[in-house]
Amino acid sequence: MHDVAIIGVGIHPFGRFGPKSAIDMGAEAVRSACSDAGVAWTDVQFAFGGSNEVDNPDAVIGLLGLTGIPFMDVYNGCATAATALEMTADAIRFGKYDLGVAVGMDKHLPGAFTADPVHYSAPSWYGEIGQFLTTKFFGMKINRYMHDHGISSETLAKVAAKGFRNGALNPNAFRRKPISVEDILASKMLNYPLTQYMFCAPDEGAAAAVLCRADIASRYTSTPVYLRATALRTRRYGAYEVHSTWAAVEEDHAPTVYASRAAYEAAGIGPEDVDVIQLQDTDAGAEVIHMAENGFCADGEQEKLIADGATEIDGPLPVNTDGGLIANGEPVGASGLRQVHELVLQLRGQAGGRQVPGTPRVAYSQLYGAPGTAAVSILTT
Amino acid sequence: MPTVAFAPDVFTWPADEPQLIASRCAACGAMTFPTKPSCPRCGRTEMARHLLPRRGTLVTWTTQDFLPKEPYASGETEETFAPYGVGLIQLGDELRVEARLTESNPAKLQFGMDVELVVVPFRVEADGTEVMIHAFAPA
Repeated sequence: MHDVAIIGVGIHPFGRFGPKSAIDMGAEAVRSACSDAGVAWTDVQFAFGGSNEVDNPDAVIGLLGLTGIPFMDVYNGCATAATALEMTADAIRFGKYDLGVAVGMDKHLPGAFTADPVHYSAPSWYGEIGQFLTTKFFGMKINRYMHDHGISSETLAKVAAKGFRNGALNPNAFRRKPISVEDILASKMLNYPLTQYMFCAPDEGAAAAVLCRADIASRYTSTPVYLRATALRTRRYGAYEVHSTWAAVEEDHAPTVYASRAAYEAAGIGPEDVDVIQLQDTDAGAEVIHMAENGFCADGEQEKLIADGATEIDGPLPVNTDGGLIANGEPVGASGLRQVHELVLQLRGQAGGRQVPGTPRVAYSQLYGAPGTAAVSILTT
Repeated sequence: MPTVAFAPDVFTWPADEPQLIASRCAACGAMTFPTKPSCPRCGRTEMARHLLPRRGTLVTWTTQDFLPKEPYASGETEETFAPYGVGLIQLGDELRVEARLTESNPAKLQFGMDVELVVVPFRVEADGTEVMIHAFAPA
């Protein structure tokens, strides 16, 4: 098997862009990633494209050049972009191709996601009576977690405030205005204990990465970033997850825990080695829980860590340095590659005003979403 | 006023003491709510109808404070929307189910509190029929 390097990343800003199509944004992200890698589109041998709203992300080839390459479309909920990344990496690992592109793009309507519950193996009545809401699940999960582990509402507000503050430093972010802890706590309650400003919003955007065999990366860049591990896991019997109408009495861990363990093992890296972190912060509570589910602290330690500023850009555990989902929103197909874009910039020392200090060498990203799917990627210099 | 259950095979109705209708795997004993044709643990297809206990305890909860988009079908508008609670309820040692709560005031909801299944009006059809749903109320 070959090692895999990321030699270029590109992003179309996240936010709202009127009539501009997700395909246009995806093409711009690919063009930007190719330019960053110093490769021409004609050098790209294959691609995986992810989207929720777009049936055929491969339509970007009509804007980039109809070269006839294999271009595979994927959708895997909030883990879509990580899936595109893993499949692109695997095709190189297993020797099928030398150089390819992973891209994700989306364009959602404002407001909480909705769909037909039947597609999640839930009954249609689950939506009719008002239980088919991802936000409600996150409220239930963090409410219990706070009770069990002594996490305060103020800590959730601090997490959201950090997201907006970091977003203000990120020219590609959707939300670029700092919001105070007090204003976050005072904003409208949506799903107790989560207020409006503690949630991310579905929005629009695209992100892409160019990957190649690690042994040829030096042809393109002097600063390759190596993709050490990718792991995706679905929920197990015993996990209570998004869009569950029931759960077993005997509890099992969330899928993130299993994806995280698998990725650490494959990379030969532990949480203590990680220098910069991206976690799925669909809401501020999810970031708190995911700190523990990914091994960065024990349950309950978040209260003090966050009070001490540990997860700030200059802290020992910098989390979501680009503002995460809270500031960037979530174009589902692109979100995971937005994480990778930020981590690659951080590892190269190119993150500008939000650059973590020192020389970060190990980066970590995690996605989680309906109906109980998690993905983790580990990157190193 | 005539009443009708909002969906078949979710709870026993009409009934003085309604119960949720689950499936139980004849092979391994795992359960689902609502019913499913196959087992979520062992994958076998020997599921039998099973009535769940009416009382349980509240494992966790939240409130739904904004009007859900479609397919929500209560007939409410932004102006008439009444927030509701949602909980994960453990029924004996059998199964946990996610369900609406009749209580939506956080001050009146506690972890581990006793709750009981009730059937309550959800909306009224044009012909006056009351559509009933299940929910859990403090016991």
